[in-house]
Amino acid sequence: MESFLRTFSDQTINGLVIGNIYAFIAVGLALIFGVGNLINFAHGSVFMVGAYVGWVCMTWWNLPLAVAFVVVTLVCALVGVAIERFALYPLRGAPPIAPLLATIGVSFMIDQAVQLLFSRNPHAFPNPLIEHRFQVGGVTVGAIDLLIAGVGVAAALTLYSFLRFTRWGWALRATAQDREAALQMGVNVNAVNRMTFAIAAALGGIAGLLVGMYFNTVYPTMSFQATFKGFAAVVLGGLGNVPGAVLGGLLLGLIESYGVAIFGATYRNLFAFIILIAVLVWRPNGLFSLKPRVTQEPLTGTFIAKGRPVPTPKWLIATLIGVAFVVPILAPNPYLLQILTNAWLLGMVALSVTLVTGTAGQTSLGQAGFMAIGAYASALLVLRLGWPFELSMIAAAFISAILGTLLVFPAFRLRAAYIAIATLAIGEIVNQVILNWEGLTQGAMGIAGLPPPSLLGWQMIRPHEIYYFSLALLCLAALVQWRLVRSPLGRTWRSLREDEVAAQAFGVNLNRYKTLAFGVAAWLAGLSGAVTGHMYTYISHETFTNTTSILALTMVILGGMGNLLGAIVGAVVLTALPEVFRGLADYRYLVYGLTLLLVIRFRPQGLLGTD
Amino acid sequence: MALLEIQRVSRAFDGVLAVNEVSLQMDAGETVSVIGPNGAGKTTLFNLITGLDRPDRGDIRFNGESLIDLPPDAYARRGIARTFQHGRVFGNLSVLDNVLLGAHSRRRATQAQAAWLHLAQELFYGLFWPSSMRQEEQALRAEAETILAQFGERLLPRLHQPAYSLSYANRRRVEIARALLLKPRLLLLDEPTAGMNPAETAEMLEFLHTLKARGQTILLIEHKLSLVMKLSDRVIVMDEGRVIAEGAPEVVRSDPRVIEAYLGHHRTGEGDTAADEDTANKARQPVVAGFSEEAI
Repeated sequence: MESFLRTFSDQTINGLVIGNIYAFIAVGLALIFGVGNLINFAHGSVFMVGAYVGWVCMTWWNLPLAVAFVVVTLVCALVGVAIERFALYPLRGAPPIAPLLATIGVSFMIDQAVQLLFSRNPHAFPNPLIEHRFQVGGVTVGAIDLLIAGVGVAAALTLYSFLRFTRWGWALRATAQDREAALQMGVNVNAVNRMTFAIAAALGGIAGLLVGMYFNTVYPTMSFQATFKGFAAVVLGGLGNVPGAVLGGLLLGLIESYGVAIFGATYRNLFAFIILIAVLVWRPNGLFSLKPRVTQEPLTGTFIAKGRPVPTPKWLIATLIGVAFVVPILAPNPYLLQILTNAWLLGMVALSVTLVTGTAGQTSLGQAGFMAIGAYASALLVLRLGWPFELSMIAAAFISAILGTLLVFPAFRLRAAYIAIATLAIGEIVNQVILNWEGLTQGAMGIAGLPPPSLLGWQMIRPHEIYYFSLALLCLAALVQWRLVRSPLGRTWRSLREDEVAAQAFGVNLNRYKTLAFGVAAWLAGLSGAVTGHMYTYISHETFTNTTSILALTMVILGGMGNLLGAIVGAVVLTALPEVFRGLADYRYLVYGLTLLLVIRFRPQGLLGTD
Repeated sequence: MALLEIQRVSRAFDGVLAVNEVSLQMDAGETVSVIGPNGAGKTTLFNLITGLDRPDRGDIRFNGESLIDLPPDAYARRGIARTFQHGRVFGNLSVLDNVLLGAHSRRRATQAQAAWLHLAQELFYGLFWPSSMRQEEQALRAEAETILAQFGERLLPRLHQPAYSLSYANRRRVEIARALLLKPRLLLLDEPTAGMNPAETAEMLEFLHTLKARGQTILLIEHKLSLVMKLSDRVIVMDEGRVIAEGAPEVVRSDPRVIEAYLGHHRTGEGDTAADEDTANKARQPVVAGFSEEAI
């Protein structure tokens, strides 16, 4: 009992300290959401920049901690201003999903830039504080814990006084309440936006520095986790609610800390994702809000630019398919074939994204989750039950369709950016479950020794064999999808993308048609995942990550939302370009991020136009 | 039995009674107009009748069946179609597709009650395009073109243009055509002539007369009182959520309560602040102008 109490109080301290850091991240996200009505995916990247700047200050320049804090604050504030000025400011007036996608592009670019500068390996973060741990009433507290608590309280007081007692703080709050009215009253809302980004980024950077010190390490992938923990905390507290974000952060820290103590460390990240989805679905205004918000918000769920698709005559499509089929004969280069095979398989995923996001208007960032379900289903059916590949592949697609749709179903009521966050979290949950369900999936070890794809005794081992197989699957998938979207069903899907209220008034049952869209999409993505898994012969919880999901969405935006040929062209361009120009391979995420930014800014309808 | 029967329906937003104990009956073939100053609760009433919003109290019966527990997408199947006050066409869909969506609840693939059967049918039809589906599409398309032809050359040449490229007035026409392809038993029109010039309004009046002559039941919200007076069998006047007068157009027109509601006299002396009075009058101004020019 004594030891239980001690563990409990230690976990509480631990949870509060981590929660304090989450609160830092969440407050920034809440400020940006409140003022700019924007969900900022680049926030974790700024956090990571803060950690690395702190690391540089302390290991390269041997600066004292206090100076490091100042440098981190200033550098991150500048980064925040730069993000606002160059990525978001040009997108005012665009549909709200556009700046959200732009922040994804920015985060890709920042993350890759940090990797290029500092390598993708973790670096040890020196602890400039005394290592001694204090005993306070049966609880052990380290100096770092006290520092984090102190900085947290100081930052909260500063921010509160700023918002409460200064003109700029008033301007910020006025803009958050009613942008138009603030503008009418002479508030320079653009300056307020920039200032908000500076404050948020500074807070995020300080959090990064504290986390680096707390865990004694910095690494590039800390960015995405931070973004997500921040989202979960903000959603817990109510989007745009700053005190709520603080409470949400602390609560999330406690839940994680107790959860890890009970279930084990590998579960750490699962809690945030589950909380995120559960709160979005059941308490979309957060735990602390009393009044439900009026639901009649403008319907801007997807990124559909006005414009017609570029006409693509039948002979052109036939020629393109013909060219694709003769490539292995004209250029039997295994490396090229491998790249194009990847493009075909990712093209199927892009098709599935363009169906849910482009045609049916439900922005999905969880497609990799469906791929993972498909890959694991097929692998287990083949290895555990001895099924032949041709059968397991089909079964895997159906398992992905059913499981995937069931997972997304609770999020059907969400709109606009929320469905994007929810699907991203669902993709993560799939991977976390794979990591933790060791009895079924072998956990972190992954599954090795998958037999290569085969068809009626024909084993596809050589590159051109699997090339033809995946190309044929892609053509078939495109044909099926083309028929669906040109049928009355396609018209109904588009109607719910354009205006859910009007569609409903004419008898469209939204849930059923979303089910159908996600079902078909998860089927396609699951099929692609199954083939991909067998091609690699090894899969793990890190094979199909959110990066793949975001990449697939980028392909679709590049090609033109809802445009089938566009999705495939996007897949080829984004898969092949970094490889063809070998120099670009190391910069591939810079290329992806930049592509996303430029297309959203200069050609929102994509290369081939939205359909 | 009345086609539509609204029984003491109320709906409040944040303590403000937008619709307060409203009752209303409509028989098949009737044309009824709801008029009243801005904020009188007309559109809220429409939203309640079409399932977009739910009443706090009261019952709405259509053809003897209570509607208020039905999901919003169930209203179309029962033959209730509407247009929207601010226009809700599907911007990136062509004019033809916009109108064809009106027939969603008539299509064979959507008839099944069970979700799995409904979805299986949609998927089957979408994948295999059986001849029954092609014929159905052909027939609906012909019907849609017949409806659009009633607007003369305004929409027929634009069948394949996206709806966002249309003028405001043409979007309203597309919305009406979409509602008509549902073959509605009750057609609700929310300000069909908003944003139309006098010539276009006259054209719309003629169009609505034709609809009425064919026996279409119409519930209309309209601010242009000359149109209301010429078209309606009955007029219902709402103010501050209540029905304040009801009857034949010529009776309602001379009802002192109606004139008072439009001119806003009754507010004075009820403890409203001067500022409130001012905004209230501002909101009413266009109506007063319409009333004085056209009706009085």
